[in-house]
Amino acid sequence: MSEMPGKLFGWLNSRLPILNTYERHLSKHPVPSKVNFWYLFGALASVVLIIQIISGIWLIMPYSNTEEEAFSSIEYIMRDVDYGWVIRYMHTTGASMFFAVVYLHMFRGLLYGSYQKPKELVWIFGCAIYLAMMAEGFLGYVLPYGQMSYWGAQVIISLFGAIPYIGDSLELWVRGDYYISGITVSRFFALHVVALPLVLIALVFLHLVALHEVGAGNPEGVDIEEFLDDDGIPLDSVPFFPYKVLNAFVAIGVFMTVFAIIMFFFPEGGGYFIEMANFEKANPLVTPEHIAPVWYYSPYYAMLRAVPDKLGGLIIMGSAVAILFVVPWLDNSKAASIRYKGIYSKIALALFAISFLTLGYLGTVGVTEVRKTMSVICTFIYFAFFLLMPIYTKFEQTKEVPKRL
Amino acid sequence: MQEKDNTRRKVLIGLTTAVSLSGIPFAATPFIASWNPSARAKAAGASVKVDVSKMQYGQQIQVAWRKQPVFVIRHTKESLKGLEATLSKLRDPNSEDIDELYRGQNLTRSKSSEYTVIAGVCTHLGCSPKYHPEVEPKPWDASWAGGFFCPCHGSMFDMVGRVFKGVPAPTNLPVPPHFFNGSILTIGEDEELA
Repeated sequence: MSEMPGKLFGWLNSRLPILNTYERHLSKHPVPSKVNFWYLFGALASVVLIIQIISGIWLIMPYSNTEEEAFSSIEYIMRDVDYGWVIRYMHTTGASMFFAVVYLHMFRGLLYGSYQKPKELVWIFGCAIYLAMMAEGFLGYVLPYGQMSYWGAQVIISLFGAIPYIGDSLELWVRGDYYISGITVSRFFALHVVALPLVLIALVFLHLVALHEVGAGNPEGVDIEEFLDDDGIPLDSVPFFPYKVLNAFVAIGVFMTVFAIIMFFFPEGGGYFIEMANFEKANPLVTPEHIAPVWYYSPYYAMLRAVPDKLGGLIIMGSAVAILFVVPWLDNSKAASIRYKGIYSKIALALFAISFLTLGYLGTVGVTEVRKTMSVICTFIYFAFFLLMPIYTKFEQTKEVPKRL
Repeated sequence: MQEKDNTRRKVLIGLTTAVSLSGIPFAATPFIASWNPSARAKAAGASVKVDVSKMQYGQQIQVAWRKQPVFVIRHTKESLKGLEATLSKLRDPNSEDIDELYRGQNLTRSKSSEYTVIAGVCTHLGCSPKYHPEVEPKPWDASWAGGFFCPCHGSMFDMVGRVFKGVPAPTNLPVPPHFFNGSILTIGEDEELA
């Protein structure tokens, strides 16, 4: 590899660190020799990001960001533009799949302690990506200007109104009108297609650079940097090419198959990926009987509804995301991986996962007394998992972590 | 000499930084201000007129002002008397938490003793509450005496839009500026207030 033939390449390489970067970050980049399927979702997330960018650019072309035409331009894409329906369903399926793989990727982080020293920044950049994705997904959902676009946006923008003193004027400022109008749609369009994608790409870049600086983790929680060979390469590592690349390609193949099945056969995902009310044009005078967010926001929506106070609901919802950022400083455990952590950590993580999934379900269905009580309990467990982490990770009995993979 | 130069350098750096930073608010102003409602949006948000003389007693109509629903209700004598009965359920019966435009003028909270004019947008998260004037047990309240129920998050209001205790909506439905000229109701302006 180091003896790259060709005068042109030599000319380029002496002016741009092509070979050096390629070897350092791709071909020779050392990765732990033993990992499992949980370590594939990061690669899948970057594949979806690329799908979203390409399908998104193609959707901008026929889309119209005005109040009169936004909804009908979506119908135009679906009916009149050749393959327009494929491109749009690719984008909507991509949004759901993006969240699916990122949720699994984040759970991997909790499972194997991927946030522990020295990977705190990798985790924080990841949380920032998740936050940017949530904003990006929300803004994108408003663009078709259907009933659920309108009323979903109405609910979310009204949250700003809960902020004391400046709330009402902030709401008006965000909308730029007295209701969610074409003015709102076009500014959300600008943010959705230019501003936030730039932020996302920058954050992904930082996430990867930070990861490559400190090295990837493994399900054993072993620090592979402890035992190096004569060249300073960890003994328990393999080069990224070909060992990881080939793995990733198999995973991408399986993932793309699932993606295509959803895209072609279940693009609406039974009303969870694209909600039925959004097949109707926005009507500011009629609230749909049942307002629910798309599935990837529903756990937080259930938390919002669990609190019978406007500002309180906003604070709980915000804290639920904000608390993720400080996880590296909540975990006092000597072991990184759940395999070597104690019984309390295992129970806590299991309860957390169950309560998060339950909240996800509760956020998509209507409110009853029983469901409200369940939301309160699950919200409590969600926060207890994080807030009690410093205690249960400190006092539990951990198993000894092996030295080698 | 070296010592003195360093101090001088620090002062100069500090001053230059301060002057540069003071430019930020100026540079940010056009970007922030351009998000305010434009002149055209403001003009489109001017007042609307509606003839309310044809309304039945007990009827509610929806008028779009700034594309948002405004509820106009023509009360029966019974429904106005019934307001007394639910008074104990209300969080803020005298609208002290909001800027009430016509406080103490009428039971209806409006400028008329017969019609109520309220914004039809829930003060919780902006859904449009539904009008349920019937006095009968409801799934959400066994002793329902008529009023508004929000289907989104279950907030309840009485017949003149005052919020119940123990629901997510924090305040009463606001009364928009309005005036009556005979049977013509104008919503969105009030020459007496202007």
